[in-house]
Amino acid sequence: MHNVIYLLLRRMRVPLIVVILAYAISILGLVLIPGIDDQGNPWQMSFFHAFYFVSFMGSTIGFGEIPYPFTDPQRIWTTVAMYMTVISWLYAIGSLFSLVQDHAFRRVVARTNFTREVRRINNPFYLVCGLGDAGQLVIRELAEHGIHSVIVDRDEAKIHSLQLEDLPLRVPALVADVTDSSALVAAGLCNQQCAGVIALTDDDHTNLTIAITSKLLAPELAVISRAETHDSAANIASFGTDTIINPFDTFAERFAMMFKSPSMHLVYEWMTSLHKAPLSKFTAPPQGTWILCGYGRFGKAIQKSLSFKGIKTIIVESDPEGTDAPETTIVGRGTEAITLHEAGIEQACGIIAGTDNDANNLSIIMTALKLNENLFTVSRQNGNYNDAIFAAADIGITMQAGRIIGKRVVDILTTPLLTDFLRMAVLQSDDWANVLVSRVVGVLGDQPPESWAQVISTIESPAVVHQLKKGMAVTVKNLLTDPRDTQSMLPCVALYLKHPNHDDRLLPDDDTPLQTGDQLLICGRVSAETHMRWTANNSHALNYICYGVDRPSGSLWRWLSARHRKGST
Amino acid sequence: MQTINLQVFYNKGELGMNLEKVVFAFFIVLALTLNFGFFIGDLDDHTHHNIYELFAALVVSLIATIMKFGDRAHIGAVLLATSLVADLQLIAAVIVWTITVHATDIGMTPSIMASIVSLSGGALLANITSVIILVTETVMFRR
Repeated sequence: MHNVIYLLLRRMRVPLIVVILAYAISILGLVLIPGIDDQGNPWQMSFFHAFYFVSFMGSTIGFGEIPYPFTDPQRIWTTVAMYMTVISWLYAIGSLFSLVQDHAFRRVVARTNFTREVRRINNPFYLVCGLGDAGQLVIRELAEHGIHSVIVDRDEAKIHSLQLEDLPLRVPALVADVTDSSALVAAGLCNQQCAGVIALTDDDHTNLTIAITSKLLAPELAVISRAETHDSAANIASFGTDTIINPFDTFAERFAMMFKSPSMHLVYEWMTSLHKAPLSKFTAPPQGTWILCGYGRFGKAIQKSLSFKGIKTIIVESDPEGTDAPETTIVGRGTEAITLHEAGIEQACGIIAGTDNDANNLSIIMTALKLNENLFTVSRQNGNYNDAIFAAADIGITMQAGRIIGKRVVDILTTPLLTDFLRMAVLQSDDWANVLVSRVVGVLGDQPPESWAQVISTIESPAVVHQLKKGMAVTVKNLLTDPRDTQSMLPCVALYLKHPNHDDRLLPDDDTPLQTGDQLLICGRVSAETHMRWTANNSHALNYICYGVDRPSGSLWRWLSARHRKGST
Repeated sequence: MQTINLQVFYNKGELGMNLEKVVFAFFIVLALTLNFGFFIGDLDDHTHHNIYELFAALVVSLIATIMKFGDRAHIGAVLLATSLVADLQLIAAVIVWTITVHATDIGMTPSIMASIVSLSGGALLANITSVIILVTETVMFRR
C-alpha cells in the first residue's frame, strides 16, 4: 500500500505545484487590479473574493462577475487567468489518469494487493511456481481438497486465464519472474503459514534457482521440484530438496510395471487417479518387440526400464549422433512408412511415439496403425491443448509430462501416506497385488475408488482416543464396521497402518489393535469415509460398535445406571 | 524502482550539485523569510502585518510541502511533516482573517489581529524547524 501512495504522490508533485502557482498568480492579479463598486467608487478585490472567484472560474463552474461587475482591465486579467487555471487543472487530472493507466503503476498495485492477500491467508498454503499443465492441475486439485495455494508465473496471459477459472478457493496469483527472490518472498516464502514450495516450471535451471532460494530463505520448508534431466535432478537433490519428480522416469517405471505386474499397475492407477475419476479399464501391453520412435529424454528412460525387464526395443531416431543412440538405431523420424518398414513394423507388437512434437507423434501412430493394425500404441503428448486430437486418435496409453507431475505432487501433498504405501507395495509379489485387487473390486463394485487417511489423534478421532485412554482396545475392524448396522462392514479396505514407533503394516488384519498416533490408509467408496469419520468422532457410535450396547451419556443417567448395576450384583 | 531512483539521487549528490535539493531549500527558506516578514511588528497592530506577505507565505509553504511528497527517506518524511504543520497554521490564520472581515460585523480588532499573528508565529516555528533539519542534513552529508 505504501508503495502505491508514494508513487502516486511522487508523480503528482509537478502537476500540483503547477495548479497552486496558477491559482496564486490569478488571485494576486485580481487583488492588485483596481475595480469600481456599484456606487462608482474605486474598489479593490479582497483575497477572499479573489479566491472564491478563481475557485469557481478554474473549475469552469462560472457564477459570473461578483461582487460587482468587472472593469475592462479586470476582464483582461480574468481571460488570462481562465486559460491558465483550466489548463493547469486538465494537466493535473490528465496526469492522475495516465498514472492510473500506467502499466508499471498497475503492476505495483497488483503486487501490493497480492502481497496483502497472501499475508491474510491464515491457513497453511503451498507456494506454486510455474503455471504450466502441471501447475494448473496442482492448483485445481489442491483447491478441490480445500488446501490453499499461491501461484507465481511470468506469463500474464496464463495468470489471467487462471483467474477466469471457477476454483472453489481463492488463489492469489502474481505475474513475476520466479527466479527473483523478492517475488517469492512477496508470495509468502517466509510466511509462517507457508507449508511448502513447489517448483513446476518447464526449465530445470529455473526450478533449481527456486529450490536454492527456498532452502536458503526458509530452510525448514518442504520443497518439491520438477527436473527433466538426471544432471539437474542430482544438482537439485544436492542441497536437500525433499522430492524431485522426473516425469519421464516416473512414466517409464510405471510402463515397465505394466509388463511385469499388471495387477500392481492397476493398484497404482487406482490409488493415484485423481479425485473421483472412474476406474480405468486396463489391458496389459503385449510382451514382444517394441518400436521406439525418438531417443530423447523420454525415449532413453523408456528404453532403460524396458531393457531392464528384458523387453526388446528397436530405436528409430532422426539424429542418432546428437542423442547418443546405440549403433543399431534406424535413422529416420518414424513418420514415414519406409522407416517403419525398416524397423520391422509387421513383426512388432507395439509402437511408442516419443518425440517432442505432438504432430509427429500422431503421424507416427497413424502411419504405424495403417501398416499393422494390431499394434499397441503409446504416445507422448507435449501439451494439454492437444487433448482433443489425442483422444480422437484412440491411443492405448498417452503420456503427458504435466499430468504425471501434477498427479504426483497432489498425491504427495494430499495423502502422504499413499506414497509410503506405494513404496512398500512395489516390493510385494504379483499374487499379493492380485489379492488386493480382488478385495478392492469386491467392495467397490462399479464405484470410483477414493482413498483417505484416518489418523488416531485427539483432533481427528476423539472417540477412539478417549476409548484408548480408558484402557479399552479398538481394532481396525471396529473402525471399518458400519455404524448404522453393526453386523455389516463399510465398503472399504484398510491398506496400510503406520505408527511412529512400530513397524508399518500392509493390509493390517481386522484384529490389529489401534494405538494413539496411528495412521490408517483406507481405500473404498466415497460414502464409507463419511461413516467412518462418524464412528471416529462419536463415542456412542464407537461404544455401540465395540460392545453392542448404548451407554448412558448424561451424568444423571450414568449415575443411575451405575447404582442400578451395583444394586443388581 | 524506488531504490534505483535513490541511487541516482545519491550519485548526483556526490557530484556536488542536486537541483532538487537546491529548489527545495529555496522554497523552504523563502517560506521562512516571508513568514518572518509577516510576523515581525506589534502583535495587535494590523498596519504592521501585510496581507500580501501572508498570501505569499502560504503559497510558498504549500509548494514546499508538495515538493516533499513521495520522499521515502526518513529526513524527507520529517520535512514533509514540519511543512504540513506550517501549512495548517497559515491556513488557520487565513481562515480567521477571512471570517473576521467578511462574515462578521466586528471588523478587524487588535485582539483578532493578535491571534492571526500568533498563528503565523506557530507556522514560523515549524518553518524554523524545517530549516534546521535541512541545514543539519546538508552539514552531515557534505562537510
